[in-house]
Amino acid sequence: MKIAPAIALASALTALPAFANEIPPDQRRSGYDFMAADTKAIQDDDTSNPGMLWVLDGEALWKAKSGNAAKSCADCHGEARETMKGVAARYPAFDKSLGRPVNLEQRINLERTERQGAPALAYESRELLALTAFIANQSRRMPIAAGDDPALRPFVEKGRELFLLRQGQLNLACANCHDDNWDKHLAGSAITQGQPTGYPEYRLEWQTLGSLERRLRSCMTGVRAQAYDYGAPELVAIELYLMSRARGMPVETPAVRP
Amino acid sequence: MAQTLVNVPKKARRGDVIEIKTLMSHIMETGYRRTAAGDIVPRDIITSFTCRFNGEEIFRADLFPAIAANPYLAFFTVATESGKFDFEWIGDKGFLETASAQITVE
Repeated sequence: MKIAPAIALASALTALPAFANEIPPDQRRSGYDFMAADTKAIQDDDTSNPGMLWVLDGEALWKAKSGNAAKSCADCHGEARETMKGVAARYPAFDKSLGRPVNLEQRINLERTERQGAPALAYESRELLALTAFIANQSRRMPIAAGDDPALRPFVEKGRELFLLRQGQLNLACANCHDDNWDKHLAGSAITQGQPTGYPEYRLEWQTLGSLERRLRSCMTGVRAQAYDYGAPELVAIELYLMSRARGMPVETPAVRP
Repeated sequence: MAQTLVNVPKKARRGDVIEIKTLMSHIMETGYRRTAAGDIVPRDIITSFTCRFNGEEIFRADLFPAIAANPYLAFFTVATESGKFDFEWIGDKGFLETASAQITVE
């Protein structure tokens, strides 16, 4: 009785371009805002933020020649501090030849396989995380600007639909926690709004850097749903929707989270 | 790909208390975990950290399996004279990394 109107309402909402029921822009908060002072301090100082270790690795990889073409990223893209500034803030971005959005990790691997003649790097490998962190770090403090490309519109809407889709044995949608209950706690932890401002990010729980896809997959496992595979169009759509939902918030990469 | 981050003030006045911060990338595998097949994942940790100033040891720490990955160690010392800090991390499987930093004391 209660669920049927809710579904009708939800599908009506997804048809609206403005996405009613979203957290109003002035109430949006980065996960950073929910953290204790000690954890904030780890992120704030680049010599205590362990994510910077990956950024340093990424800088070395940026300059290293790779693949059959024996070219480095820097051979084409030059000084990342200038050429990569603001790039990560626009990802996932629409790829014309594929006709769908790709996230930053997929873009790096496309460049590797198509231009460097190098094998794709595995998801969550140190190398891929390092390159992603290094590139995203060049956008630090810049406002997120993903989802502006009109070609992305249907994919943002698909991401929003998936965000509202109840899944798993616990029958929960992302929105049930991250839109409706972000000011509450789950066990001892803040629920937060799920704003992807600092990926790849260092989670103290993981004791390593991890991607947004890893985070999304562990949430799906948490509601006892079958997680989408790394790189699946559904995951990229959710990433895209979340990034467009966080539009205007500053990039923090590499963020530190508990 | 081991990376090190060391933060030492470039300048200090004689007698100042200065903070030295170090971060070393390391997985700090405890040796207590098992793989899905039940085999123990061998211990792989940093066991010792040393800081020398102009050749003289001023700080040492022993590390154990309970210490988290990518150990962050910060400590204080008094700036006495200009010179060089040498840092050394030693661990399992022949792990050895070094770093150094200069300070000017006025």
